[in-house]
Amino acid sequence: MEHSAHAEHHGSKNEVRNVTIVLTVLTIIELALGFMMMKMVDGSAGKLSTKAFIIILMIAKAYYIVGYFMHLKHELRNMIMTIVVPLLLFVWFIIAFLYDGNSFKHLRNTYDPYKNAQKSVIVEKKEEGGEHKTEEPAEKH
Amino acid sequence: MSTLTTATVPTKWWSGGKSPFNVEYGKLMMWYFLMSDAFTFGAFLIAYGTVRFSTNGWPDPNHVFKSYPFASESTFAPLVFVSIMTFILIISSVTMVLAVKAGQEMNKRKVVVNLILTIIGGLAFLSCQAWEWNHLHHEGAWWGHNPFLNADGTQSTTNFTNFFFTITGFHGFHVFSGVIINIIMLIMTLNGVFEKRGHYLMIEKAGLYWHFVDLVWVFVFTCFYLI
Repeated sequence: MEHSAHAEHHGSKNEVRNVTIVLTVLTIIELALGFMMMKMVDGSAGKLSTKAFIIILMIAKAYYIVGYFMHLKHELRNMIMTIVVPLLLFVWFIIAFLYDGNSFKHLRNTYDPYKNAQKSVIVEKKEEGGEHKTEEPAEKH
Repeated sequence: MSTLTTATVPTKWWSGGKSPFNVEYGKLMMWYFLMSDAFTFGAFLIAYGTVRFSTNGWPDPNHVFKSYPFASESTFAPLVFVSIMTFILIISSVTMVLAVKAGQEMNKRKVVVNLILTIIGGLAFLSCQAWEWNHLHHEGAWWGHNPFLNADGTQSTTNFTNFFFTITGFHGFHVFSGVIINIIMLIMTLNGVFEKRGHYLMIEKAGLYWHFVDLVWVFVFTCFYLI
């Protein structure tokens, strides 16, 4: 907010260039982390914290797009608040729903014997070409 | 427009007689529409997250999205194609910002050039998505069909493909309508509608919509391809 007058009159062109660079760099870091994650073990602390870091980068990218490309940062404070405050509902949405999903998984794993047996069945990897040919005609009927 | 939003003297915005938001009606309404759209996409993505949190196994995205056009069957190139799509959308967002800026300077030629570049970017993204959908469909993936196994080798549910096609489809539809809006803006600019009107505010509203499409892709890209 404090910089709005300054940025509006001088930095406009530079601001677009800088934000483009920031978005590109953040995306490249995200991709690098994505490649790094391939070698990590599923569910390990390292993989989970990498995922958390990618989510932080995602929110940073969203901030730059909304703030600078969509110009919200240079609007009046009243305007910013009417957009941002309702979006805070997402904080509750995300926590409540993901917690609920996780709890459902634990309940089912504990109390549902059918699901419990099913989840450990390892399926043999099918031939990709052969499976495709048998499925196509069935779909068209 | 720009001088109005940056008052140097402290103004009492709520004292009446002026707009407390100091933006034009259409732009404010575009913001509110985008907010409602954000909730729609948010609901989709949170539903996806909830189901993923409540499921024991999930397919590894690196083994699902591993190909690109003209690649051989055995190619293992995860994240390559989707990163191209991501950069296409970022660049088209930049050209849209430049179109908006040119509009504020009343530079018709620059608006036209940047709008055309944005439309090309949008069409390129849509073509990439069309190829990817087609490719996955040929592998047997569709709504209700999931040929991919969980990362741990157990049988996967159709939730994975259902959510993928629904959410990327909804986003692709937004890109498509964004391209249509930009084409309409281009025609209006070429006809000199905004020049006669004395301002290019319409381009700013179309720009807001286009940036929102880019914004949603940031989330879709992270949630489906990276984590």
